Amino acid sequence: MEEIMLKISHISKQYRLGQIGGTTLREEIQRWNAKRKHEEDPTRKIGEKDYEIGETFMALDDVSMEVQKGERVGIIGHNGAGKSTLLKLISRITAPTSGDIWMNGRVASMLEVGTGFHGELTGRENIYMNGAILGMKKKEIDAKIEDIIEFSECRKFIDTPVKRYSSGMYVKLAFSVAAHLDAEIMIMDEVLAVGDTAFQKKCLDKMRDVSKTLSRTILYVSHNMNTIRQLCDRVVVLNHGKVVFNGDVEKGIECYLGESSSLKVKYDLSKPREGYELDNWVTFRSVSFPDKASPIFYEDEPICMMIDFVGAKPFEDLAIRIVLTSRSGVPAGMATSQSIITVVEGAQSICLKMSHEALAPGSYCAKLVAYSADDYGKGSLHDVVENAFSFETVGSGLKSNHLNWNSTVWGYTRLPTIDVKRVEDETC
Amino acid sequence: MEQHFKNHISSEHNIFDLHIHETLQYRDLIFLFVKRNFTAQYKQTVLGPLWAIIQPLLTTIVFTVVFGNLAKLTVEDIPGDYVLPGFLFYMSSNILWGYFSSTLHSTSNTFLDNWGTMGKVYYPRLVVPISTAFSRLVSFGIQFTMFTVFWLFCVIRGGTSIRITPWLLLIPLLIIQMMILAVGFGIIISSVTTKYRDLAMLVGFGLELWRYGCPIAYGLQLVPEKYIGLYLLNPVTPILTTFRYAVFGFGFFDLGYYAISWIVSIIVFLIGLILFSRIERTFMDTI
Repeated sequence: MEEIMLKISHISKQYRLGQIGGTTLREEIQRWNAKRKHEEDPTRKIGEKDYEIGETFMALDDVSMEVQKGERVGIIGHNGAGKSTLLKLISRITAPTSGDIWMNGRVASMLEVGTGFHGELTGRENIYMNGAILGMKKKEIDAKIEDIIEFSECRKFIDTPVKRYSSGMYVKLAFSVAAHLDAEIMIMDEVLAVGDTAFQKKCLDKMRDVSKTLSRTILYVSHNMNTIRQLCDRVVVLNHGKVVFNGDVEKGIECYLGESSSLKVKYDLSKPREGYELDNWVTFRSVSFPDKASPIFYEDEPICMMIDFVGAKPFEDLAIRIVLTSRSGVPAGMATSQSIITVVEGAQSICLKMSHEALAPGSYCAKLVAYSADDYGKGSLHDVVENAFSFETVGSGLKSNHLNWNSTVWGYTRLPTIDVKRVEDETC
Repeated sequence: MEQHFKNHISSEHNIFDLHIHETLQYRDLIFLFVKRNFTAQYKQTVLGPLWAIIQPLLTTIVFTVVFGNLAKLTVEDIPGDYVLPGFLFYMSSNILWGYFSSTLHSTSNTFLDNWGTMGKVYYPRLVVPISTAFSRLVSFGIQFTMFTVFWLFCVIRGGTSIRITPWLLLIPLLIIQMMILAVGFGIIISSVTTKYRDLAMLVGFGLELWRYGCPIAYGLQLVPEKYIGLYLLNPVTPILTTFRYAVFGFGFFDLGYYAISWIVSIIVFLIGLILFSRIERTFMDTI
C-alpha cells in the first residue's frame, strides 16, 4: 500500500508588503479603540480605502500536493516563486495564513547546514548540539556518532573547537550530522551547494541511498538542475506561489526552463540591445519559421527561417552567425553563413537554411549576430540579439541506435556515425 | 482513502496549545543548551566559573560599604534585638536578585538573540527560555554555595541571631518561584519585542529601578508603615523576605502576601506561555 507521508492542502501564505511593524504602539491603540467603538480609523489617511492599508503579497497561493513514502521530490521555480516559503511552512518555522499540512512522521529541515553550531564547542560537542536541535535524542546520536565522524572526514580535528575549522571542514561536519538524521521526512534547501564537488557527490549518494534503503521521503529545493536530476524522481514547479507543474523530472525541468522562452513560430526582435558595441548598419526585426506550426525539427529536416531586418546603408559582406545554447544554459555550438549577403537600404528579408545533423536532439536557444568579416578575420558587429529564438530538434533514433540522448554526459554535438569495417588482411 | 496523520500544521491556533509535551521531548536539547551556555560563557577565561562568584562578591562588598557603612541603612526586616552581619544580608539578597534579573533579562531576548537558528530549523521555542533559566541556575548554585560557606562560618563562630530552622526546606520552593516569575516576565517581553523593540530598551533600565523597589539594599523596616501594604504587593519582595526568614531563622514572613506573590507568579507565567506560543508561530515574519 502506498502511504502518504505529507499532505498539503490549500496552503496560502500572505506577507504584508512594506515596513512591518511600522506603526507605533500609540497608533495601534488608537486603531483598536476606534474599532471597538465602531468609529473610523483615526490613523488612516483620508481617502484611503481599507484594502489599501498594508498591501499584501501572496508568497503561496492555494498550494496542494501529496508526497508518498520514499519519494524524492524536487521543488523548482524562479527566485520568489515560493519554494523557500513552502519549506518554511512544512518545517514549522512560520505558520500558514490558511490551509492545512498533515505529516506522517518527524520532519528534519536542513534549510541551512550547521544551525546552532557554536564556535567555542568542539566538533564532537557540536554534533550533539546540532543533532539535538534537529530533533535527535542523545541516545540516537550516541549510536551514530562514529558514522557521523567517519562521514565528515574530520576525525583528526573532532575534539578541536569548530571556530578553528576551515569553512570546508565546518560544512562537511555540519552536513554529516544532517545526513544521519533519523527523520521520516527530510527537507533540504540547496544545502548541497556547499562543499567541494567530491563531497557534494558523496552527500547526494548518501541521501539517495538513505531514501532507497530506509524509504525516507525527501523534499529538495535547488536551482541546480543536475542535482535535481540525480536525486529526485518527481518535481514540482512553482511559479508566483502556485503549482504550475507536478510530475516527471525532465518535463518539469523543461517546464521551468521553458518559462523564460517558449517555442513560437515568429519571434519579435525589437527588444533593446545591451552590452555590445554595434554600428547598427543592420537591425533585426523578426525571425519566423515559414510553413511550420511550431519550431520543432525532425532528423534530416533542415531548419529554414526567415529573417526580417532593416539596413541603414548598402553594403555587400553581411554574415549571419547563430550561437546555440541548451535550455539549461550550456553552450552547444555555433553556425555561421559566409560573408556575402548584399544589404540595401530599408526593410528587407533573407531566408536561411541550417542543417542540424551535428546537433544532439533537444531544445536550444539561439543568439543571432549580424557581422562583417574582412580577409584578415577582423570584423565589425552590426547587430546582436540574445535569446533571439528557440527551437527543438527531435532525433528519429536511427542514427544513435535508439539511445536516448543524455546531454549531461554526451554534450550537444552528435559526431558522424562511426564507420566500421572488419579487418581482413591487417590493413585498414 | 482516509489516512491517519501523526502531525498536523494548521492556520488555526488554539490559545491553550502551549507545546508543553513537545518541549519535554526536547529535554536533551535543553540539557545541551544549558551546557553550551555555561561552557561558552567561561571559555578562554583564566578564572572560569570563579567569575560567577567574583561578581556578586564585589557587589556585596560595595553594598556593605555604601549602604551599610556610609548610608547606614537598616538591614532589619522586623523590629527587635537581632544581630545580623550586614555582609550576609546583602549577599543573600544580591544573589537572589542577581538570578532573577539575569534570567529575566536574557529570556526577554529569546527571539531577538536566536532568530538565526529559529529561522532555519524548528524546535519548541520554549526550550530556549527554559534552558536559559537553568543555566543561570547553575551560576546561582555556585553563588549559593559561596553564601553557604559564609553562612556556616557565622553559624559556627556564633555571636549572631542566626538559627537553623525547618524553614530552610522552603528554599527550593522559593527558587522555583523566582524562576517561574522571571521566565514569565521574560517570555512576555520577548513576545512583545518581536514587534515593538521599545520594550527591549526598557528592560535593563526597568530592572535597575525595580531593584530599588525591593528590599535588597535595605531591610523592610526602612519602608514607611503607610506604604508597606502596597510595597509587599511587589511579587519579588515576599520572595526576598521569606528567603531571609528561611536562612536566618528570624525576620518577616506573611502567609497572605507570600500567597499573593505565588498567585502573581503563576498568572504571569501562564500569560507568558499563552503569548509566547501565539507569537512563536509567526514571529519570523515580523521580527
